[in-house]
Amino acid sequence: PLSSAPLQDIRNTVGNIPMEWYQDFPHIGYNLDGKKIYKPIRNKDELDMFLEKMENPDYWRTVQDKMTGADIKLTDEQVELVQRLQKGQFGDVNFDPYEPAVDFFTHEVMIHPVTNRPADKRSFIPSLTEKEKVSKLVHAIKMGWIKPRKPKDDTPTYYDLWAHEDPNSILGRHKMHVPAPKMKLPGHEESYNPPPEYLLSEEEKLAWEQQEPAERKLNFVPQQFRCLRAVPAYPRFIHERFERCLDLYLCPRQRKMRVNVDPEDLIPKLPKPRDLQPFPTTQALVYRGHSSLVRCLSISPSGQWLVSGSDDGTVRFWEVCTARCMKTLPAGGVVKSVAWNPNPTICLVAICVEQSVLLVNPCLGDKLLYGATDQLLESYEAPEEERVQPVQWVTATTEEHGKGIRLIVQHSKALKQVTWHGKGDYFASVVSDNSNMQVLIHQTSKRWSQNPFRKSKGLVQCVLFHPIRPYFFVATQRYIRVYNLLKQELTKKLMTNCKWVSSMSIHPGGDNIICGSYDSKLAWFDLDLSTRPYQLLRHHKKALRSVAFHKRYPLFASGSDDGTVIVCHGMVYNDLLQNPLLVPVKVLKGHALTLDLGVLDVLFHPTQPWVFSSGADSTIRLYT
Amino acid sequence: AVPRRLCILKGIYPHEPKHKKKVNKGSTAPRTFYLLKDIKFLLHEPIVNKFREYKVFVRKLRKAYGKSEWGTVDRLKNNKPTYKLDHIVKERYPTFVDALRDLDDALSMCFLFSTFPRTGKCHVQTIQLCRRLAVEFLNYVIASRSLRKVFLSIKGIYYQAEVLGQPITWITPYAFSHDHPTDVDYRVMATFTEFYTTLLGFVNFRLYQSLNLLYPPKIDGQADVELKAAEGKEYAMDSESYLEKLSALSASLARVVAPTHEDEVEMDEFPVEGETAEQMDARKKEQEALEKHKKLFEGLRFFLNREVPREPLAFVIRCFGGQVSWDKSLCIGATYDVSDPSITHHIVDRPQVGLQVVGRYYLQPQWVFDSVNAKMCLPVADYFPGVLLPPHLSPFVTEQEGDYIPPEKLKLLAMQRGENPDEESEEEDEEEEEEEDEEDDNDKEEEEEDESEKEEEMKLKKMEEQKTQSTKALPVKVTAGKVRLEDKQRLEQEQQSEEKRLAIMMMKKREKYLYKKIMFGKKRKVREANKLAAKRKAHDTAVKEEKKKSKKARRA
Repeated sequence: PLSSAPLQDIRNTVGNIPMEWYQDFPHIGYNLDGKKIYKPIRNKDELDMFLEKMENPDYWRTVQDKMTGADIKLTDEQVELVQRLQKGQFGDVNFDPYEPAVDFFTHEVMIHPVTNRPADKRSFIPSLTEKEKVSKLVHAIKMGWIKPRKPKDDTPTYYDLWAHEDPNSILGRHKMHVPAPKMKLPGHEESYNPPPEYLLSEEEKLAWEQQEPAERKLNFVPQQFRCLRAVPAYPRFIHERFERCLDLYLCPRQRKMRVNVDPEDLIPKLPKPRDLQPFPTTQALVYRGHSSLVRCLSISPSGQWLVSGSDDGTVRFWEVCTARCMKTLPAGGVVKSVAWNPNPTICLVAICVEQSVLLVNPCLGDKLLYGATDQLLESYEAPEEERVQPVQWVTATTEEHGKGIRLIVQHSKALKQVTWHGKGDYFASVVSDNSNMQVLIHQTSKRWSQNPFRKSKGLVQCVLFHPIRPYFFVATQRYIRVYNLLKQELTKKLMTNCKWVSSMSIHPGGDNIICGSYDSKLAWFDLDLSTRPYQLLRHHKKALRSVAFHKRYPLFASGSDDGTVIVCHGMVYNDLLQNPLLVPVKVLKGHALTLDLGVLDVLFHPTQPWVFSSGADSTIRLYT
Repeated sequence: AVPRRLCILKGIYPHEPKHKKKVNKGSTAPRTFYLLKDIKFLLHEPIVNKFREYKVFVRKLRKAYGKSEWGTVDRLKNNKPTYKLDHIVKERYPTFVDALRDLDDALSMCFLFSTFPRTGKCHVQTIQLCRRLAVEFLNYVIASRSLRKVFLSIKGIYYQAEVLGQPITWITPYAFSHDHPTDVDYRVMATFTEFYTTLLGFVNFRLYQSLNLLYPPKIDGQADVELKAAEGKEYAMDSESYLEKLSALSASLARVVAPTHEDEVEMDEFPVEGETAEQMDARKKEQEALEKHKKLFEGLRFFLNREVPREPLAFVIRCFGGQVSWDKSLCIGATYDVSDPSITHHIVDRPQVGLQVVGRYYLQPQWVFDSVNAKMCLPVADYFPGVLLPPHLSPFVTEQEGDYIPPEKLKLLAMQRGENPDEESEEEDEEEEEEEDEEDDNDKEEEEEDESEKEEEMKLKKMEEQKTQSTKALPVKVTAGKVRLEDKQRLEQEQQSEEKRLAIMMMKKREKYLYKKIMFGKKRKVREANKLAAKRKAHDTAVKEEKKKSKKARRA
């Protein structure tokens, strides 16, 4: 319709179709004759368009005819029409939208009504359905099914709740109540700009990431930001609040008293070691000569000679004061135990080698003395009737006699330990066996052995004679049994509270026993007091190998696999009411650890406050 | 769900039984145990019935919806059962102080909820209520000037206020939208918030009353009128705009009674029995310091640039008596313009400021927070825009003996004591420079050293000659004596330590365990402190080296 004034008739015959269909063609349609209508040539670029926009005063009223593609300038009437439509007015100027309305029906009542139907009956009588409904409602109200609308609650939401604080309102509940602990206040490391030392290094960050979230000390990685603007939102903020909520209502609360003790107060007040002198303090001598670990030590009753047995198959005799090896006796096997006869008039050493006990006369010291010993041994007369013995007593051959061996007691199994009775006639040997033949008691003068036990009570670790009374101590793995040799009965059974007893020693007074165990405990028993340890000392870090009492001084020592010898003061009072006083006085170090073994045997000098220790580093050390 | 809600509302928590096996049929598996007493206590709660009513209501409503009985729906909705938590608040906190003590979590929670979006997660009313209560509380803190400490952490901003002698700490997140996690049960949090809003509302009421302020808060009359005139009809909803004006934190609140100068009347001094004069003095001094702290920013006029977090800064500044304003287009409630010549401090968080006005400091926001924590206006030089800021330290850490104290804190403590560490540090810097210079001429010095060594040798020779000549061994004797003395001391120490070791060996097992635990804790503490110190040292040397390098580069 816009092409109202064409100079020549270029009417397009394509009809009312989307003109985009002709977008890619040079023509735009067909005229009445069926000839193509070509698009007007458009060679205007943006600049031309702009110039035209600027220069052509009629640019604003120029539109493009979509059908023909020609530019058309709108006339004034057309512009007016467009403007009217834009304002929402009618297109026709002459149309009056506000003509007075003429009612179809008049509201005035006329004398001739349109309809003259009489009113229905139902408009005079009350409605049944309504009545039903009402009665239902009434019934529901009566029955309380429908509640009338609640009156509006017009009390203020907030008021002074604590206006009348009543002390009586604090109930027992409130006293019992444990208020939730407040959240931990943040430290420097949580700052957005912390001091540089609080930032994690790379390794620390890696370690932090690998830790379990519950184990982390900080639940965030400290970060540094250059300015406040650069700080981002914390992604776990809601999580943390939620966890706090969970803590508040799911965590059991408990009042815990914090122990606020000064650690110095916990240390017991003991007498100063200086006041408990004498005791060995420094290493004085080292006895070198063995080539393998030195298992056992023994000292002559005079205190002049020391004997040691080693894994290299030799027994060495040393002079105590000079550390000189006086004699070496090849024993022909691993020496498990040596024991010097405690009787000062007899010069005899019992040595355990494999399955036999060698009784050796070391031929040291007073010539009269050791000659007398030889005589004593030779004066033996065999009894008339041969008695059955658990072992064989063999006299040494001449070759062996030359070495000093006098008698050989041959057992059926390997030996563990040998120990003398105080008088020096009897000695006991322990066989590593599981039968009742583990412990044998031998009499040297009569060359007679007997088996004191009818039944085995477990693996015997070591045995010991009471120094004064006829008691005999047998240590099995966990118990120490005390037998009365005269009455031939069990007197006591001491519970050591240890897993595996390694050694024991008896106080010269005879009323106290210490026993060391492989679980690094040392138990002190007071025989008069109880069968349980009076005190368990855990001084060593590793298994105890040996314990020893001093004959004169109130000292005892323990040697352990950690390479130390701990010397303790163990005062026993004559007053029965006073408990023994145990004070560690010195830790002696010196032995080097070899094969995880440290000190294997400890021994006190009979008269001096000196202690010997033999170690796995094939040395013997004397501490004075 | 109902028991859980009850437990949360009534504050019932599980207990750890004394004999776990006895109560758990011989098993030690982890279970939660509540006291029977507590459960009975819960059963007596009248709110249980309310919950039941509500459940019935929901069922009825669902049925009515299902049957499309709209009339019934309307009726039911009109009679919706409601419940109140007032009595529970009163029961849990019989005194007001109890409530204040437990306010930490309530505040943190309300501040968190007030930042939630108005969609999903929880009811819009709850969020609005939280926002309202939080803003009211902030306004109270401003009015009472009870803020003490602020800390910008990476998690959010910690505030600590002292209300009626109770320290109240809360944390607000930074103003970003939340990345809502999926493994959080919002219903639990909503239940807590329900209780906390009730509590906080009552506490706010009481606090406002204690300051003679109107509750709900009203902005002080004149300011109100001005604001109204200025805003005109830009805001459709009056109530909403009112809350926004309140939350602008720029106007003071209306009082019930016109403010008299009653507060400023000095308190009569009542000597407490058993208190010495020294203690009195100390207390007085403390009081004075507190008063001074409260008036830290009095008379200063701040202007916040648009990139600065407005609410925390406005809150902190107003809490210490400063005046604050911001760009009018940023938020409602701006009181003066950028161009105001009376502005003393302009808070900027940009590396550079385009146009600087003479007569005011351009500072980074950390200055405000650090000054508050230091209880004094810090020197401004460290906080200029674009400058590398000094570390922001936590005010909540009180170092005990043996703890690691960062050097910045030491400096700050010295400054608080009234010393002036700045000069010292400058001197140090100068010294450092000198040192550097020295190092630069190291070669020369080495030569000199060689010479000096030769000289020393000569001297020694001379000394020997003298000795041989004089043949008196006096000086030798003296040195020997000294050595012996040291030996004695060391020996004594060794002996003592050995005695101690031996005594420790004799401890009982339990005591030894305790002792070892305590000692372990102590050692760990020392180790950590040492580690921090070493790290700091390494960092400082690295920084120094870098400085030197850059200097050299500049020289070259």
